[in-house]
Amino acid sequence: MKKIAIALAGVLALGVATAQAADKVRIGTEGAYPPFNNIDKDGKATGFDIDIANALCAEMKVECEIVAPLEWDSIIIGLNKKKYDAIVASMSITEERKKAVNFTDPYYSNNLTMVAKKGSGIDPTKLAGKSVGAQRATIAANYVTDNMKDVDVKLYDTQENAYLDLASGRVDVLVSDKLPAYDWLRSDAGKDFEFVGDAIDVNDKIGIAIRKSDEDLRAKFNEALKAIVANGTYEKINAKYFPFSIY
Amino acid sequence: MNWEEIFIALPKLLDGALLTVELVLISCIVGFVIATPVALMRSSQNWWLRNIPLIYTYFFRGTPLLVQLFLFYYGLGQFEAVRESFLWPVLREAYWCALIVFALNTGAYTAEIFRGAIQAIPHGEIEAGVAIGMKKATLYRRVVLPRAIRMALPSYGNEIILMLKSSALAYTITLFDLTGVTRTIIARNYLAIEMYFTAGVIYLLLTFIFIQVWMRLEKHLLRFQKV
Repeated sequence: MKKIAIALAGVLALGVATAQAADKVRIGTEGAYPPFNNIDKDGKATGFDIDIANALCAEMKVECEIVAPLEWDSIIIGLNKKKYDAIVASMSITEERKKAVNFTDPYYSNNLTMVAKKGSGIDPTKLAGKSVGAQRATIAANYVTDNMKDVDVKLYDTQENAYLDLASGRVDVLVSDKLPAYDWLRSDAGKDFEFVGDAIDVNDKIGIAIRKSDEDLRAKFNEALKAIVANGTYEKINAKYFPFSIY
Repeated sequence: MNWEEIFIALPKLLDGALLTVELVLISCIVGFVIATPVALMRSSQNWWLRNIPLIYTYFFRGTPLLVQLFLFYYGLGQFEAVRESFLWPVLREAYWCALIVFALNTGAYTAEIFRGAIQAIPHGEIEAGVAIGMKKATLYRRVVLPRAIRMALPSYGNEIILMLKSSALAYTITLFDLTGVTRTIIARNYLAIEMYFTAGVIYLLLTFIFIQVWMRLEKHLLRFQKV
């Protein structure tokens, strides 16, 4: 118990542990989820998550060190083993994860969106009789089967196959995660398609994971997050990656 | 084993099984219709007649069914010429794509099974037909085909069972066949073992029923062999 308390003190920058680690907040990220976190060809972590992490550190006036790349499967274990102090890796806040770690306030949201051919005149509120596609075993598929009645539901094993059928016109509308869909719309294959309707909120919030014992650090992150949203720093970072707000 | 969830899922799974049976039944009937003339061509003395259908049987036996389905369903749909042709109302439906590919696939295998059977007919039986003055058409109708089909029955039954299992690929092109329904249910209740177990039992049951029917058919058609 005492050992844990001492290590904790070190993490909280009270200068008990080695001098070097003491005033640094180590931030873990996966580095395999562009454009959010990725490793560039020089081996440096880049992306939206990294920019947000650095902005938060600047706001908190602490020195940060990015620890990447990390294995996604064991990323929470590494946090609880104190290999790093926070995870900024586009992690969805879920009840299951909350049993192992605490989360800051969300720093962005993953919404669903509908995609259809440009000029198709699809009205997202009147889809009866249309065919609607989604990838099987995703939040999007659950949303379609739960909320859309009188439509012809088509489920695909991969997102790529769903896009192919949207392109061929076999499905009128796709429901998909907004941010990956945005990437597709920018590609050559997706250039004739567009978002239709408003983003669909499915309560998929992305937060920073912190050890349960680090309540102080969590509070600091929350404060810093509020500050960068208020002073426009967040908006600037957002605009670098997406032409619409993802907060 | 969560029996309650199995019970809840059962009606949906049986719905899927119905589509599976429908797909296999229709594609096997169409496949049989394709296979018979192809088998006759394949066993012809004429080099051209023998080798032209080889392109068809070679392609469908030489590539995975999954690849055939994808090429036919996703592949053809990418061409604007196809999408604007009169065929599109048929080809845009996953159901028809699956039926066409399954029928062509099983037709190719069945043709080769029949060809083997035709070539295995004891030469004396054909000579006997010729000797009593049968015309070629009569010879085929009365001797070659009935004899070949009887000889092919066991391996043909095998091919139909293989088709039943291959039909599980229909879900990859959005059809809710037995496997498609199973996977969709698992995506929601995460009971993979229970659902695959139930689907497996249904497939076994379908095969069991088929084998019973087929055994009766064999018994009936081969009753002359009884000693």
